[in-house]
Amino acid sequence: MKYFLSAAAVCLTAAVSLPAQAGQTFDAVKARGTVTCGVHTGLGGFGAPDAKGEWAGLDVDVCRAVAAAVFGDAKKVRYVPLSAQQRLTALQSGEIDLLSRNTTWTMSRDTASGLLFTAVNFYDGQGFLVNKKLGVKGAKDLNGATVCVQTGTTTELNLADFARANKIELKPVTIENFEEAANAFVSGRCDAMTSDGSQLAAIRANQTPNPDDYVILPERISKEPLATAVRQGDDQWFNIVKWTFQAMIEAEERGVTSANVDDMTKSSDPNVQRLLGVTAGMGKGLGVDDKWAYNIIKQVGNYGESFERNVGHGSKLKLDRGLNALWTRGGMMYAIPVR
Amino acid sequence: MTTEPTVGLLTVPWRWSRRHLFQSPGSSVLTLLAAWLLWKVLPSAVNWALVKAVWSGDPAACRASGGACWAFVTEKYRLILFGIYPYDEQWRPLTAIVVFVVMMLASAHPSCWRRWLIWMWAGGLVLVGILMWGGVPGLPYVSNDRWGGLPLTLILSATGIVLSFPLALLLALGRRSRLPAVRAASVAYIELWRGVPLVSVLFMASIMFPLFLPEGITVDKLLRAQAGIILFTAAYLAENVRGGLQAIARGQFEAADALGLSYWQKTRLIILPQALRLVIPPLVGQFITTFKDTSLVVIIGLYDLLSSTKMALSDPQWRAFYIEGYVVAALIYTVFTAAMSYYSQYLERRLDRDRRRS
Amino acid sequence: MGAARPSAASGRPAHHWWNDERARGYLYQVLLLLLVVAVGWFLVGNTLTNLNSRHIATGFGFLDREASFGISEHVIDYAPTDSYSRALLVGLLNTLEVSVVGIILSTLLGIVTGIARLSANWIVARVAAVYVEIVRDVPLLLQLFFWYQLITESLPVPRQAINVLDLVFVSNRGLKIPSPVWDGHWFVVTGAFLLAAAVSVALGRWAARRQERTGRYFPVLRVSLAMLCGLPLLAFLAGGGSLAFDVPVLAGFNFRGGYTLTPEFAALLVGLVFYTGGFIGEIVRSGILAVPHGQTEAARSLGLSRAMTLRLVVLPQSLRVVIPPLTSQYLNLTKNSTLAVAIGFPDLVSVANTAINQTGQAVEGVVIIMAIYLVISLALSLFMNWYNQRVALKGGAP
Repeated sequence: MKYFLSAAAVCLTAAVSLPAQAGQTFDAVKARGTVTCGVHTGLGGFGAPDAKGEWAGLDVDVCRAVAAAVFGDAKKVRYVPLSAQQRLTALQSGEIDLLSRNTTWTMSRDTASGLLFTAVNFYDGQGFLVNKKLGVKGAKDLNGATVCVQTGTTTELNLADFARANKIELKPVTIENFEEAANAFVSGRCDAMTSDGSQLAAIRANQTPNPDDYVILPERISKEPLATAVRQGDDQWFNIVKWTFQAMIEAEERGVTSANVDDMTKSSDPNVQRLLGVTAGMGKGLGVDDKWAYNIIKQVGNYGESFERNVGHGSKLKLDRGLNALWTRGGMMYAIPVR
Repeated sequence: MTTEPTVGLLTVPWRWSRRHLFQSPGSSVLTLLAAWLLWKVLPSAVNWALVKAVWSGDPAACRASGGACWAFVTEKYRLILFGIYPYDEQWRPLTAIVVFVVMMLASAHPSCWRRWLIWMWAGGLVLVGILMWGGVPGLPYVSNDRWGGLPLTLILSATGIVLSFPLALLLALGRRSRLPAVRAASVAYIELWRGVPLVSVLFMASIMFPLFLPEGITVDKLLRAQAGIILFTAAYLAENVRGGLQAIARGQFEAADALGLSYWQKTRLIILPQALRLVIPPLVGQFITTFKDTSLVVIIGLYDLLSSTKMALSDPQWRAFYIEGYVVAALIYTVFTAAMSYYSQYLERRLDRDRRRS
Repeated sequence: MGAARPSAASGRPAHHWWNDERARGYLYQVLLLLLVVAVGWFLVGNTLTNLNSRHIATGFGFLDREASFGISEHVIDYAPTDSYSRALLVGLLNTLEVSVVGIILSTLLGIVTGIARLSANWIVARVAAVYVEIVRDVPLLLQLFFWYQLITESLPVPRQAINVLDLVFVSNRGLKIPSPVWDGHWFVVTGAFLLAAAVSVALGRWAARRQERTGRYFPVLRVSLAMLCGLPLLAFLAGGGSLAFDVPVLAGFNFRGGYTLTPEFAALLVGLVFYTGGFIGEIVRSGILAVPHGQTEAARSLGLSRAMTLRLVVLPQSLRVVIPPLTSQYLNLTKNSTLAVAIGFPDLVSVANTAINQTGQAVEGVVIIMAIYLVISLALSLFMNWYNQRVALKGGAP
């Protein structure tokens, strides 16, 4: 059966395959007039509808920034909320144009799944959230514990790896929907909840009746570079999404904010001039307007602003910049020169 | 039920209970057991749902009382009913619900089963579309990813059953066709769709479908979910219709042939009118099933009645009152499904009577 | 099939080929086939083009790769180092487990409900009617969410578990019961039970034959029950009266040892059984009503008791009416078990979805899901058709 299907697939591929055309995704986006962006079904701070039903969050800001770069209007986004299980398939199939949804950059996703990750917009690590009453000090004390985890995530794989490496037994309770998984943990179905540190912070802040009863254990058992992904087959679109994010970091490095961006167009710094399109020609290579970065910063803000507004101390989550600070302040955010 | 003459004040209940509750030792034991159970459950349920219930206020008030927290519903009923439809425009989905209810009532009585009913449903669905989408003067455009709650449930199920019906007719006729290729194709379609779970169908429709189309061609997500429901329902409906076709007496076919009617004339004028009358009760049953099955769209991220209830429950302050939330959603579903199932029983009795008379 | 139609030869003379019904039939079929092939070609072609241009891996080679994700419940041994095919097998077995147990329990519940609905006892009939009305009117998914949340929210944490005799523990981690430790004694006791079961079956056949021949009645049920309980008990006493059990004990976070019925499995099973039981109850009721009342009266006048009338006269006859709709309920239950994904029970669809996500091979994953469900559906239909024929023949033979 297996071989027959593979053979049939190969024959049919040979019969009907056409050369892939460059620019398909970008052309489709332009023709449609909106960017279709895959986001979380509801993770406060990263991607969730607010009280008025408007989408907001760090990941959502990437979508808005791409729309600002392409159309000069950050509102031209159609959001598609996706569960962890559905997100990669949705991107592969063409259901969405880009995926900005706490997705860990891994090699197999870049190679076998037909995706391309553009840039890391949040450096994270997997941890454990437990109730203080449990009296656990570290992740290795969790031997025998039941752990709630969302299916279809790298988290699920890391948990199995962690248990194997440390020779402890962890019982996963895997639930498809993030809210349900968090609910199951809060209701006491599991001893611990495992996920990326930022998500645990979001659960602790938004979904527990009393956040002070819960603690995130100090260990990080994995590296989770959360990145924005596009589908393979359109290099220009890949570039647009990649450079949209670079522009947001570059703006922070150069001190350009949504408040001062109009003044900064008068700056004599050639780097700023190139970024804001005062020097002509930078948008041409991307196939967008020269003002692309100006529009991003004006309408969405630089990376630092987005961080503070959504997950930093100006938000419910109150996360420190940590690894996500600029490289000049000991973090990992390092803009590729816009020139 | 009982027709004994009244002799004394207690005679009737006494006789009645002798006959209906204590006819034998075994029956008496069951009665006492059931009565004991009810006595245990009912008072505390009433106490919880009505006496100690909190009708308005905040979560703290609810926790203090220990009764049902209907305050949760008073606080969130608009989210439960309409999902994330723009708050100021929610009169539009409300009107859409009314339109649906009116259409259902209008199609209820057999004397209304005429051609105008089809036009009414077509017109009604268009009207609902205009109401929900807007984009005409006076009604701002609302994109359909903001639709939710009860209207979405009604739209998905009503459109699903209405549009799957023609397809089901063709499939049922195809399955009984003399042409082997037509028969094989119909059988394959029906058995394939009946063999797979709706969850997988919806997953395919919502996430994988663009993979089957040329790049850049997109079909709206709600539309795809709707198409999935239509194609899925058609397979089940076709089997119901086939049941009706099989019940038509052989003589009817022969008589139609003797009149020199063509296949389509015969089908349209003689066979279907009789067959469809027979299968109306199972069709209503299928409608109930489809109505309930639309709740599965929660899995693909559409905000129908069940998802909007869950959304209301995701507020950590109110999370503890999930029973109230589910009870309310269940009641809304029950109002519709119970009405339809009583209706179907009424129809069955009525059709039975007609048949016996003829 | 419809009746014979007037052929072109016996009807009007055919001047043109399209007036010939047979020719038109061929034309329709060719057109239909062309349409099916064209649509199939279009979809498959697009899919392959898209897979190719997006550099998405194809083929079923991933089945042999290491799955590397954990599955919380498995009937067979499973570790994250096992292959995807093994993980899918675990999912399939979980689906089959919940379906088979669900079918058995919901059939029992359905029979009880159906009989209760028709009971002469007013209160019993009312209670059954209310139950049927509630479960049939509310979507199954809502019921599942309700049961799951009820189990996880209202049951205590393991440390305050409801403790029955230090043997059975109920907590929000599930139901824990002692499990047998498989040593010699257990094999003897199980063997005795199997022996009793085999003898009971043989006894049943013998008694039926004898009754047909001589009309003498033999109390099969009582003797069988006595044997089924007695033989294992004898074996147990003969073995020294001791059997080894692995009793669950609270260790660390959770209980160790014993069998576990997890909340996910329990919620799914309870939801499916209550839901399907309501539908089966209605089927049983209509099946019983389909047996003419004269049959009951005749049986009673022959001196059969109420229970025997039901068991020997009414139920066998109503089986024929009941089997076809029952088949579709069984199929529904099996397909409805896919809702497990919403409450975290690792059934086939849940495992396959995870595999799809990890490998990126959605087309293959969905093909596997659909193929397996088709096979299950067809197998169940075939079995029930076979059973239906058997029942029909028995009932129909003079």
